[in-house]
Amino acid sequence: MRTIHDIHGGIHPPERKALSRPGELSTAPIPAVLVLPLRQHLGVPALPVVNVGDHVLGGQTIAEAQGVMSVPVHAPTSGVVTVIEARPIAHASGFEDQCIVIEADGQDEWLSFTGTADWRGLDAATLVGRVRAAGIAGMGGAGFPTAVKLSPGPARSIETLLLNGTECEPYITADDTLMQCQADELIEGAQILAHIVSAKAILIGIEDNKPDAIASVEAAIARSGAEIELATFPTKYPSGGEKQIIEILTGQQVPSGGIPADIGLLCVSPGTAVATKRAIIDGAPLTHRIVTLTGEALASPQNVTACLGTPITALLTHAGLNAESQQRIIHGGPMMGFAVSDLRAPITKITNCLLAPTPAELPLPEPAKPCIRCGHCAEACPASLLPQQLYWYARAKDQEQLTEHRLFDCIECGACAYVCPSQIPLVQYYRAAKGQIRDSEQEKQRSDNSRERFEARQVRLETEAAEREAKRAARKAAAQSRAAEDGVDPIQAAIERAKARKADQGSEPEQTP
Amino acid sequence: MSLLKVTSPHASGQSRVSAVMRDVLLATLPGVVVLTAYFGPGTLVNIIFGGLIAVACEYAIVALRGRDPRLAVSDLSVLVTSTLLCIALPPYAPWWLITIGVLTSVLLGKQVFGGLGYNPFNPAMVGYVVLLISFPVQMSAWASPRGLAEIPGITDTLQHLFSPSTIDAVTAATPLDLLRQNTGLLFEDLLTSSPELTGWGGIGWFETNLAFLLGGAWLLYRRVFTWHAPVAMLAALAVCALMGYDGGSSQSGGSALFHLFSGATMFAAFFIITDPVSSAVSNKGRLIFGALIGVLIYLIRTLGNYPDAVAFAVLILNFCAPFIDHYTQPRVYGTGSRDS
Repeated sequence: MRTIHDIHGGIHPPERKALSRPGELSTAPIPAVLVLPLRQHLGVPALPVVNVGDHVLGGQTIAEAQGVMSVPVHAPTSGVVTVIEARPIAHASGFEDQCIVIEADGQDEWLSFTGTADWRGLDAATLVGRVRAAGIAGMGGAGFPTAVKLSPGPARSIETLLLNGTECEPYITADDTLMQCQADELIEGAQILAHIVSAKAILIGIEDNKPDAIASVEAAIARSGAEIELATFPTKYPSGGEKQIIEILTGQQVPSGGIPADIGLLCVSPGTAVATKRAIIDGAPLTHRIVTLTGEALASPQNVTACLGTPITALLTHAGLNAESQQRIIHGGPMMGFAVSDLRAPITKITNCLLAPTPAELPLPEPAKPCIRCGHCAEACPASLLPQQLYWYARAKDQEQLTEHRLFDCIECGACAYVCPSQIPLVQYYRAAKGQIRDSEQEKQRSDNSRERFEARQVRLETEAAEREAKRAARKAAAQSRAAEDGVDPIQAAIERAKARKADQGSEPEQTP
Repeated sequence: MSLLKVTSPHASGQSRVSAVMRDVLLATLPGVVVLTAYFGPGTLVNIIFGGLIAVACEYAIVALRGRDPRLAVSDLSVLVTSTLLCIALPPYAPWWLITIGVLTSVLLGKQVFGGLGYNPFNPAMVGYVVLLISFPVQMSAWASPRGLAEIPGITDTLQHLFSPSTIDAVTAATPLDLLRQNTGLLFEDLLTSSPELTGWGGIGWFETNLAFLLGGAWLLYRRVFTWHAPVAMLAALAVCALMGYDGGSSQSGGSALFHLFSGATMFAAFFIITDPVSSAVSNKGRLIFGALIGVLIYLIRTLGNYPDAVAFAVLILNFCAPFIDHYTQPRVYGTGSRDS
């Protein structure tokens, strides 16, 4: 039995997970129009390889990866590309981004895929290539290109593949449902991932508030006959944070500024494992995902498999949204999700939940009161930071102290703001402060660069001047030595030559009339 | 339908500043009841009169500063300040003493720095020390406990509040006074020499401290503060008292039990040094903060000129809190070596 370690801090917000009936999965209708952002992942946007007016089939690549930190985009159904332009996307910034818009033709015709059942015969490079070609990016929320994660470099060796089935955010049950409905695929995917990185062990961690998922994964492990360890641990937010689940299950901490691979771990979400299985064994790209539609403003909260690119409004309508005049729609969960600013924005590879709460359910924050330094935030912080001090320094814009108090180790889980009796939007302060520090670092980099350029130029100019001076001195010395040898003053000789030339010119006009 | 743009987290817990302050006020009840039972309604009248002055003062000054005065008063913090100060004042204090103390606490202790959350010192202790230095006679006139003198009724008390000559007979020295003035008696003999010293910490004092301990334990249970500062302070005080006890000679500083359960010990441990605004922030820092207050209380009680020492000890450590904070930052996830 594995020793379960406790993490510092954490909170127990109401879970509200039963609302979306985890374990029941239906398919959302294919929307009339799909909007597929070129960047659904962390990194460089994909490059469109279709033109307006092209007819595409389901599964067809419509945008190629550009470079390593990028993944391709595939059509989730058949239809016609109507436009490629900037559209509203689901992002905290509220900005628009380039999207390929497909009008579905209703036929839902697909390319035929060829997978490899015997994936053990393929080498890691081939498998990573297929994972990349399938457009897989971390489905837990960050959207980090999985192929990059699977290539940690020769300096790091992966001992254990850790499958993070925690899903500690309240309300969300997408992973819970996936673990119940697609457990066999999950186990196969995990084995493929472990094979790719030559991990010696596979460890699956699930919070103990999901007994059905635990039972289903347990049964799937037994059916597979593989040696996979399943560990359960007490429910607490934010146990599902990558750093947190690693400490819970291994007692080790990821070094500040490092990645799990530094301590021999690769951490993936269940959705990523299933997508990997489908990419390798079925040859199918990532075109759909499970989304939890929940909140009391929905008539029928549920989990659906939806086409990537489905407009948020279509899914909310499907779940029966009874909107208030002022409605908050949250992309993600209530702790770390962001409020959507345009319902025409589509769901993407990272959309695990759409939450439509009533005002009574998630009341709007009260006006913030002064910080009384009660320290509840420090008790709740899973990173053992001192949020009350960070808040103080963030308000004072004291970047030195913010760095000293390790602002950048904040994972923005929101536990501090949750427990704050003064209702201060602490995370907002930290995000802003991080942005300001990054800005000033860039500013400093720029000024450093121009100073270096200026200094280099000064050095160059001085060197050139010195060289010129040296050449002149050399010429002078050479001329003087020649004069000494010939007994003729070179300056006097030059004057003589010039006089002779002048005299020649004076007689020339007569020759040429 | 319009979309609301609110940043995460969207969920929030139940804790509120006003609820925290209300809990602190409720937790003083056992202590106030016992004080009233032993020393009469003086403390109760202090609290009510001081509370009225405090709310009026806070309302006026916040309005003057151009902020919302109702919001400021509704967080109950000003009532906590005035209540703590008024518990510390001698029962049957004259109206002007209470008024000066409350005004000093609210204005000089809190509002000049920017109000709630910005005060570097414990406001109640600022008011207390100003009074102690300015009006030592009135501040050392503690009431006689029940049994040694007649306890004034509520009418007498109210009369006394505004014409402070009516009940002079009630004042008496506190056990800590007697200990400090003791020159010739062994500690055990001292305890039997004077009727005020009956019991572990003197008549009424042991019970009062026990009641504040009870209120403090409830606040701990309610997680209003952590155990670190109170436990460190009590432990440090007890250790100092044990070291200075020398078996109870006339030079002895009094037993550990006497120090723990006399004077303002428990009141300080759970209601004064736990003020989060002016104390150290990390748990390790609070241990140091509390322990140093405990040591200072003992030193000032036994060597200093004032019978009780809480206010001075707390203010001195309030000065040190940022310094303590600087050296007691907790180890952040993923940094340094693990200590567990």
